[in-house]
Amino acid sequence: MIPLLVAALLLVLMGIAYTQGFSRSRAIAATGVRLHSRPAYHGSLVAIRCLLPALLVLGLWVLFGPGMTRAFIVAQLPPDVAALDEPAFLTAVRRIEAIASGFGVAGQVQPYEAAAGEAVRRFHTFALLVVMAAAAGVGILGLLAALRRISPTLRARNKVESVVRVLLLACSALAILTTVGIVVSLFNEAFRFFSFVAPADFFFGTVWNPGFATTGTAAIGEYGLLPLLWGTVMIAIIAMLVAIPVGLMTAIYLSQYASARLRNVAKPIVEVLAGIPTIVYGFFALVTVGPFLSDTGAAIGLDIRATSALTAGLVMGIMIIPFVSSLSDDIMRQVPLSLRDGSLGLGATESETIRRVLLPAALPGIVGALLLAISRAIGETMIVVLAAGNSPVLRFNPAEPVSTITVTIVNQLTGDADFAGPQSLVAFALGLTLFVMTLLLNMVALYIVRRFREQYE
Amino acid sequence: MADIAVDIAELANRRRLCVRASLSRRHLIERLFRAGGLTAIVIALGLVATLFGMMASKGAPAFMQATLSLDVTFDPAVITVAPPPARAAGQSEADYRAAMLVWQRQVTLANWSAIVETAVRNAAPPGFEIDRRGALALVETNERHRLRDMFVADPGLLGQTVRVDMLASANTDNWLKGTINRALPDSRQQLSRQTRTLADTLLAEGKIRFAFAWHLFTNTDSRSAPAAAGLAGAFVGSLYMMLIVIALAVPIGVASAIYLEEFAPRHRVTDLIEVNINNLAAVPSIVFGLLGAAVFIRYFGLPMSAPVVGGLVLTLMTLPTIIIATRSALRAVPLSLRQAALAVGASPTQTVFHHVLPVTFPAILTSAIIGVAQALGETAPLLLIGMNAFVASIPATPFDQSSALPAQIYLWQGNENRNFFEARTSAAIMVLLGLMITLNALAIFLRTRLERRV
Repeated sequence: MIPLLVAALLLVLMGIAYTQGFSRSRAIAATGVRLHSRPAYHGSLVAIRCLLPALLVLGLWVLFGPGMTRAFIVAQLPPDVAALDEPAFLTAVRRIEAIASGFGVAGQVQPYEAAAGEAVRRFHTFALLVVMAAAAGVGILGLLAALRRISPTLRARNKVESVVRVLLLACSALAILTTVGIVVSLFNEAFRFFSFVAPADFFFGTVWNPGFATTGTAAIGEYGLLPLLWGTVMIAIIAMLVAIPVGLMTAIYLSQYASARLRNVAKPIVEVLAGIPTIVYGFFALVTVGPFLSDTGAAIGLDIRATSALTAGLVMGIMIIPFVSSLSDDIMRQVPLSLRDGSLGLGATESETIRRVLLPAALPGIVGALLLAISRAIGETMIVVLAAGNSPVLRFNPAEPVSTITVTIVNQLTGDADFAGPQSLVAFALGLTLFVMTLLLNMVALYIVRRFREQYE
Repeated sequence: MADIAVDIAELANRRRLCVRASLSRRHLIERLFRAGGLTAIVIALGLVATLFGMMASKGAPAFMQATLSLDVTFDPAVITVAPPPARAAGQSEADYRAAMLVWQRQVTLANWSAIVETAVRNAAPPGFEIDRRGALALVETNERHRLRDMFVADPGLLGQTVRVDMLASANTDNWLKGTINRALPDSRQQLSRQTRTLADTLLAEGKIRFAFAWHLFTNTDSRSAPAAAGLAGAFVGSLYMMLIVIALAVPIGVASAIYLEEFAPRHRVTDLIEVNINNLAAVPSIVFGLLGAAVFIRYFGLPMSAPVVGGLVLTLMTLPTIIIATRSALRAVPLSLRQAALAVGASPTQTVFHHVLPVTFPAILTSAIIGVAQALGETAPLLLIGMNAFVASIPATPFDQSSALPAQIYLWQGNENRNFFEARTSAAIMVLLGLMITLNALAIFLRTRLERRV
């Protein structure tokens, strides 16, 4: 209700300001004087100058309003109630708020409560009226001031455009702000974690066994990163072993051999794989691929667990296929056609051209693309949460369950709002490790890809 | 002289023979290489087919659920409550609600299980022996609450007999669909022998049928009554998040793309922003979840499990996608268009907003839809801001506790009643994939449709 009122007030102010500025400048133009800016710009400028002060007043109320209301309610309480202990005091305040809202409270209403409720209700109405009036007042003042400044020489367009430009700049600064937010929050919480556990124990520890702190915030258990890191790397390797041959061969076939018809059908279908949510892949791994691998293993006498590094890596590889294939497709297409034609002209077969000319020429770019794919595999979460088995032990057999950095972040942080102990803070140290790893991979990859592009430009 | 000519011809001949001799081997390699490429494509296409086929075959049965049609008697001997209170003149809203609550509590205390039990017994063949627990095990537990709600809504039902469609319990559904191994011994079955026999009999008599499970879309999640669990809460939660993403990510993303591509002077700061955006696009989604937990929940004090936090986190995640796509769209606009506008006296801002931006509209729209579809399926960051909590209500505002479609899938796949929830999870995945495919198809449709006009 109240937000609607405020929005309506602002809209009305804006409408009035715009039309006033528009018609005033038009009237000037009608006298035959040449305006610097068209009337629409004058209208917009007046609207901006009218809205800014009004928004400022409303913003101040949003900042300080709740505190003032609270102070008013407390001032209404009789001294004996105000002297009550914290919970009873809060209950009294809440009852008065309920009476003031018109909903009422169940049971007997104390006389002081009724009086206070009535007073608070009047205060609410009064405050709303005052704030709205103040906003409207300064808005109109701004409007009048802006109207008086309208003249043929006023450079309204330039002023509106610079406001627009500032807004655009603010939007693009948000990207920087996001990165700063990520870095600051990760570092902040990770440092708190390192006040419990020494960094050396974290980065070089080989045992992951965080205990559950039932009381206090003492660090119980061991936080060794290496088992998780190895699990992450092993799964990423398996994924790349699946994705590189299939993805690369798909890209080669589609770009060099396939007929236009096959390409138009097959390319979008392969790219569908990229759009499937990772939770779906996780479920697929859990109920289809895992049991299938385990049964196959049993049939040939191998002990493969249904949730293992192999299952997770295999499915993650499937997820990355379109990533590898579309990136390498892009890159192979940038290799100049003359290289290809030259090789074919000398009598090389198509596969020889691809293997000896095209791929070597595209190699740096493809390596960059693969690095990007690896960074995606390392940061992938849902597949490993569901299908890697969550067993943070240093193992080298891919048929056994493992755990990864991302899985552990999810396990340590879910359902915990106040990260006080190392058990939940470790998630941020892990997140920081992950962030740095993917950042380095990406920077190297982007650098390589850019160098490659420049080479043929 | 002649000797040398002969030598050259000889050499050329020998080389020709050599090449010819190696030809068959080279062609074999060529064929193998080609076959390898074809195999890779077949594997990739086969994987897509397997994935969709498996989801569809596992999920389809969950859309049809065993439903009982029973004659329910609202027996006055069982429901012994006074008529509902009327609102007296001058009574405050709070007092009336309190009185109503007292009455509703009395209604709740009535023995609704007995009413369900009688209804099941009446439906059973005459003389069929079944104990109380066995009879109740047939019907989903929340149906007695539904009967109570029916009575609260219409107290005139007292003493009447009404035909009510009730959901069979998850165990009954498993038994009838054969999701559980029917050959297992009694000790390992969830239902007693009597209940199983009765279920089969009722199915044969048509009193149990497989009806379309509308409640999958209209109910919220439920733990005590798994057969009645639905996606409504998750739908609304996801809807709020998508609205937030659309309202924030699209305008901000387009605005910053315009600034970077059209206005930003080329110097170190803009280079930094550019590198930054490219890196943000590749930051793992779970790191955005950590950001949400640390900044939005802990620092700003926004509520856990609320769609508003999820929406903000997904907005930050989607921004780079939209920025990069919009920038490449802007870059594709021919220079001549800009020069023409500038030449007739438009300012740079006018050029961008009046001439360049309208041309890129289809591409921006497409990238926005694809970005939103991507955000719709994102799961990992939601787990870190508590959206995997069990929530059995539809959120009224974006600040209420809520689930989301992918988070609901995550919750369901972990349910202990595997036999039942495997199908249910697949069904939820089908719904999610359906939504995403619809969004992507819409993007493709709009792109082809709008681009033709420009």
